[in-house]
Amino acid sequence: MNHRELTDRLRLATSLPMMDRDGQGQRKRGRFRGRKVAWAALVLVGGSLMMAGCISVNAPDKPIVIELNINIKQEVIYRLAQDAGNTIDKNPEIF
Amino acid sequence: MFASLFHLRPLAGATAALALGAMALAGAASAQQRDPAYAAARASGQVGEKMDGYLGFVVPPSAAIKALVEDLNIKRKAVYAQQAQAQHATVEEYAFTSGCLAIARTVSGEKYQAPDGSWATRTSAPPQRDARCP
Repeated sequence: MNHRELTDRLRLATSLPMMDRDGQGQRKRGRFRGRKVAWAALVLVGGSLMMAGCISVNAPDKPIVIELNINIKQEVIYRLAQDAGNTIDKNPEIF
Repeated sequence: MFASLFHLRPLAGATAALALGAMALAGAASAQQRDPAYAAARASGQVGEKMDGYLGFVVPPSAAIKALVEDLNIKRKAVYAQQAQAQHATVEEYAFTSGCLAIARTVSGEKYQAPDGSWATRTSAPPQRDARCP
């Protein structure tokens, strides 16, 4: 059977991937089915790849606290330094 | 002692005299110098400069020292608040900046608060300060 199919040139030439065996009609259906299969394969392969390389990230159970105390100051301190120095110079009795 | 020093180093003596004169002028122009009791408490290490810009007690204070330091801290806060508003900053930010500078201006033997919160004694080396200090 295999032998026959492989050597049946006429049949092979006409049965394009998107066509039926007899090479007539039902093109839409064939194409649709091919695309569907391709999608299914893609989803399967992609899904398995994702499963394999997946890193699970869990949301922290504690609330996220941003230490503004640390984040704000650096630039502000540099801005205020000159004025603060003058303030200390002007108020020597309390510094 | 002083006379001999001045005699040996006339230039240094003249410089010191000039500096004293300048300090006296500055004092007269703006405000008084430190209260002697406060100066003594600082020098003896009973009170120190904190990172937050206020004075702190290194050892449990006497009633007089406590009252004096609390009064100074209230005055400092008033100045910080006024200047912070002018600079569009928070009082804490302004106070912290002043604390950086006040710690930098301590002299040998005075106490200051190190970044880990402990009291350190100022030496001739630069003080340990918060990484954010200018």
